[in-house]
Amino acid sequence: MNRAGQGPIAPQAVSRRRFLQLAGAGTLGLVAVGSGAKLLSGTTRAQEESPGTGKRVRQWTAVFDLRYCDGCQSQNKPPQCAQACILGRFVPEPMEWLEVYEHDLAGGGTQFVPTLCMQCQNPPCVNVCPVGATWKTPEGVVLIDQTRCIGCRFCMAACPYERRFFLWGDPPRPPETALVHYSPVHQIGAPKGTVMKCDFCTEILSAGRLPYCSEACPNHAFYFGDLEEDLATNGEKVVKLSKLLSENQAYHLKEDLGTKPRVFYIPGHGEAVGRDPFIKGRLPVEWPWSKEGADTWKRSGW
Amino acid sequence: MEALRLVDGFRQALEERAFAPLTHTGRGFFLLVGALLAVIGWGLFAYYTQFREGLIVTGMRDRISWGLYIAVFVFFIGISMAGTLISAILRIAKAEWRLPITRMAEFVTVVALLVAPLMITLDLGQPLRMPNLFIFGRWQSPLIWDIFGLTTYLVASFIYLYLALIPDLAICRDRLSPKLDAFRRWSYRLLAVEWHGTEKQHHSLARAMGVVMIVIIPIAVSMHTVTSWIFSMTLREPWDSTMFGAYFVAGALYSGVGVLIILMAVIRKALHLEEYLTRDHFMKLGYMLGAFALIVMFFNVSEYLTAGYKLRGESEMHLAQVFVGALAPWYWFYALAGMVLPALLIALPVTRKVWGIIVAAVLANIGMWIERYLIVVGGLRIPLNPYEPANYFPSWVEWSLMAAGFAGFALLIALVLKLVPAVAVWEMVEHREAKHSPELAVQPEAVNDARARDHVPAPRFAMRPVAGPADGGQK
Repeated sequence: MNRAGQGPIAPQAVSRRRFLQLAGAGTLGLVAVGSGAKLLSGTTRAQEESPGTGKRVRQWTAVFDLRYCDGCQSQNKPPQCAQACILGRFVPEPMEWLEVYEHDLAGGGTQFVPTLCMQCQNPPCVNVCPVGATWKTPEGVVLIDQTRCIGCRFCMAACPYERRFFLWGDPPRPPETALVHYSPVHQIGAPKGTVMKCDFCTEILSAGRLPYCSEACPNHAFYFGDLEEDLATNGEKVVKLSKLLSENQAYHLKEDLGTKPRVFYIPGHGEAVGRDPFIKGRLPVEWPWSKEGADTWKRSGW
Repeated sequence: MEALRLVDGFRQALEERAFAPLTHTGRGFFLLVGALLAVIGWGLFAYYTQFREGLIVTGMRDRISWGLYIAVFVFFIGISMAGTLISAILRIAKAEWRLPITRMAEFVTVVALLVAPLMITLDLGQPLRMPNLFIFGRWQSPLIWDIFGLTTYLVASFIYLYLALIPDLAICRDRLSPKLDAFRRWSYRLLAVEWHGTEKQHHSLARAMGVVMIVIIPIAVSMHTVTSWIFSMTLREPWDSTMFGAYFVAGALYSGVGVLIILMAVIRKALHLEEYLTRDHFMKLGYMLGAFALIVMFFNVSEYLTAGYKLRGESEMHLAQVFVGALAPWYWFYALAGMVLPALLIALPVTRKVWGIIVAAVLANIGMWIERYLIVVGGLRIPLNPYEPANYFPSWVEWSLMAAGFAGFALLIALVLKLVPAVAVWEMVEHREAKHSPELAVQPEAVNDARARDHVPAPRFAMRPVAGPADGGQK
């Protein structure tokens, strides 16, 4: 299913093992401490929601701890989350499904805000699609079926986070993608004239690993987790998700729009890794397979 | 019998003029059609390029992802208002001066509604998947509302146009047959559905048109409204407006009347209908254009004052780009030359002439085209993330396809004018009959009255051979 894992970067083998170990240890620990009551009731609720299967329905969630995000200034590299997303998911140029924006702080200076598809629970993009080519899965992830999409770009007009991207033409593709079968959860080989976006790497999450963006973060600022199980991990430690969110005043981007995102932010400007908010700028991401001088795909001139 | 003679003279002169283009085709027509076909051919080449390369050949990119195609789509939807307004509203209001222009207004509606969906198709990344709209169509999407509204409006407008055409088609069948080839003779006979102008047929036609003219008005209003909802159902600040529906209806009325005035000016000259499309018609449509200009101005003030007073969220950026920023030249041209100047041209007695009204109509339509462009591009240009606003300029492919769209519009109008008369001959004759000899006319009220019906003589219209002198001595 996941050939991308054998792609240009494969540093995840160690991280996966570590994640599994930590996740197992964390779960055992929680049960041992006796705080399993909530987990059990959660399980029951999930079983009620999906009768017959007896399987838990994950509610995938991402948390960005902005206190740890310095836009990879300290690494002197492009933001590693956005770069790993491009390399791992073979994101066509010039899309940045995950893009690190530099927001101004009210008192001057800036903070870095990695922005990916918010996986809204009231998704404006899904509401407006005329052909049902985009939908919200029971796990709360918004996906696109590029075999049905007619390319009207209504969803792009509707998305208040600008996290949908159009295949305006046939962008250059790395050769290793040629044999991969297309799937809505793994959008390699989507035809031109359709819309793409962050798919939350659900097949990687389901396999118990962290998506590329989270794994690549040198500061472990990214948590991925499951609201239903109330657990999250950044690859370094496993935490109780609700506790992480509540104790750190987690918020959503553009909360007032009522889109109910599944992506949370913990306010900060990289202070935990020693970033000075008045040092601005980050390096641009790269597409190693892009053709030399193929300006058509660049964003310049917009 | 003097009245009869006058009416016959009027009818004969009118029929000669109105039916002449159906049988006589000048060199000018072929030149026009050739030129329009050349533009459409160029557009087909441009579309081939786009189909092969993808929408990368346009000026659109992820940040401004709708552009000229959608703006022109909205513009065509707007001018389709002409038919409903002139034809249905004025018919309900029993405004008799409408008679010579209803047919043209209905042409504009039907043809604009045929061209508008093409502009949407051009904008699709996967045009071959159009059937998905019908296979997988979701009622939750405003785009499906618009498709439903558009097809309903198109069918209703077509029925309305056709109903008012039947008696004229019967005249074509009866009068033109010797001059036509077998296929056209057969077509007119088929389309005239055995119309012989009997009292019963008149009664049925009046009833059918009475139903359609009432039904078509809410259909038209709802279609313009759902077109605006494509924009206002999104979370983008400049589009997030409850008055968008009304704003679009007002804009549609404004540009619809403008297009009608332009078409009237062209047809009057081209088909030599100066006697029937008089200064009076230009004046009356001009007053309507002026009134709608004021309404559109009112909406502009409402829109920008309510947003500008509070400057909530991205409003400040939007007002800045529209009034002083990148879009300011467009906006001020639209505001001053597209709204204020047309209103002044109509308000001032010096310019309240036929030429002044035609200039006002042209300016109004350029203005409304810009307004659609500003709505689409201005709405998408507001960054929703922190970055410098993107810029959009249509590529040669988009300009070519827009030109092809307008050429297609003109071509369809030109072809329709070769098949049916540009004015509603039968209605004008009946009106003249009623004026000169009320006892001859078929009055709908009289038809509805069973006692009166026995006393109404069989209508002479379209059945009697022409008896009067051919001097055309009407008036």
